[in-house]
Amino acid sequence: MKLIMIFISASLINNFVLTYFLGICPFVGVSNKTENALNMGLATTFVMTLTAAVTWPIYTYILVRFNVPFLEFVAFIIAIAALVQLVEMYIRKSSPALYRALGIYLPLITTNCAVLGLALFMVLRDYNYIESIVFGFATGVGFTLAILMMSGIREELEFADIPKPFQGISITLIVAGMMALAFMGFAGLIRG
Amino acid sequence: MAENNGYSLWYEFKKGLWQDIPPFRLVLGTCPTLAVTNSVVNGFAMGMATLFVLLGSNIIISAIRKYVAPQVRIAAYVVIIALLVTVADMFLAAFFPPVSKALGPYVPLIVVNCIILGRAEAYAQKNPVVPSIADALGIGIGFTLSLMTMGFIREILGFGSLFNIKILPPSLFEPWIVMILPAGAFLVFGTLIAIVNYISSRKSAASDKA
Repeated sequence: MKLIMIFISASLINNFVLTYFLGICPFVGVSNKTENALNMGLATTFVMTLTAAVTWPIYTYILVRFNVPFLEFVAFIIAIAALVQLVEMYIRKSSPALYRALGIYLPLITTNCAVLGLALFMVLRDYNYIESIVFGFATGVGFTLAILMMSGIREELEFADIPKPFQGISITLIVAGMMALAFMGFAGLIRG
Repeated sequence: MAENNGYSLWYEFKKGLWQDIPPFRLVLGTCPTLAVTNSVVNGFAMGMATLFVLLGSNIIISAIRKYVAPQVRIAAYVVIIALLVTVADMFLAAFFPPVSKALGPYVPLIVVNCIILGRAEAYAQKNPVVPSIADALGIGIGFTLSLMTMGFIREILGFGSLFNIKILPPSLFEPWIVMILPAGAFLVFGTLIAIVNYISSRKSAASDKA
């Protein structure tokens, strides 16, 4: 039951993009086409799940055990960078088609603050191993959902008559604000 | 020569304040811009923490720029930045516990603030230490001012207060709750970008005419 709660909470109610403002760069940068947005979302979900699976043992069995939890930022960012690199190498070898689809997005994920944020929130909330993996996956799903919806809206916006200063990033952010308002409607899901 | 030098240092400093003002022009560092700007004080603290890390990373990276192999430079920079962020985080936690609590996990997230790695890549690794300091100060102060502007608008509309002091009496002014919520951050940020775009398009139109 708790796992379901974590899933719903991380993907809808506390959507990383729309309530914690994590991962705004790819959210704004890669959301101009639905296809790109979907690929980016899938790649991010994949890396996020792996990140949760890798950083939890690092934190619990290395940092806490040797009493150096203050090194968590350094350890996490190195782990994430190494992980992204490994995933990239693995995909290139095993599935060139997938590599072509995800290729350029993978390195960008290293600097996606949602991934590091995920590891930090995981530690802050004291999740156990299974919960952390579910949390990582759910966060990725939430990110995919947000970026996909945004790309759909932006494709429509191309045909809208927007005042010049508002074009581009400005209108994207305002739309994101409205999406954040809409997502607040999910807040009742868990209490009820 | 000295004069020329002084001019370029001033230029490096100044460009961060308007021409390359980070969140509005370069649209870098958007996460903290949106997340911690529900009050002026939080915006200021976040800006200062970022300024410290940016200054430190620019100095160190430009000092070691000749000794780092290009293949490993990103990894090296990230480790340097992560260490500086750890210092900033512990400093805030030790001396300003309420601020540290309000900023929460957004201080550690300075590690992945694209402004810092962006300046390291675009500036510090190609330039000597002194101009890198000017660059860091300019960008850092521009960033702080941007955060404070966001915080100013959101705090005054969302709480009716400024610097945590109530200035608008609740009988006259109904606070706009939406401004404190995440949605308000997006709306204010989007509108500010539009305003910056508008002003600079007016400016460039004026200089075209002249």
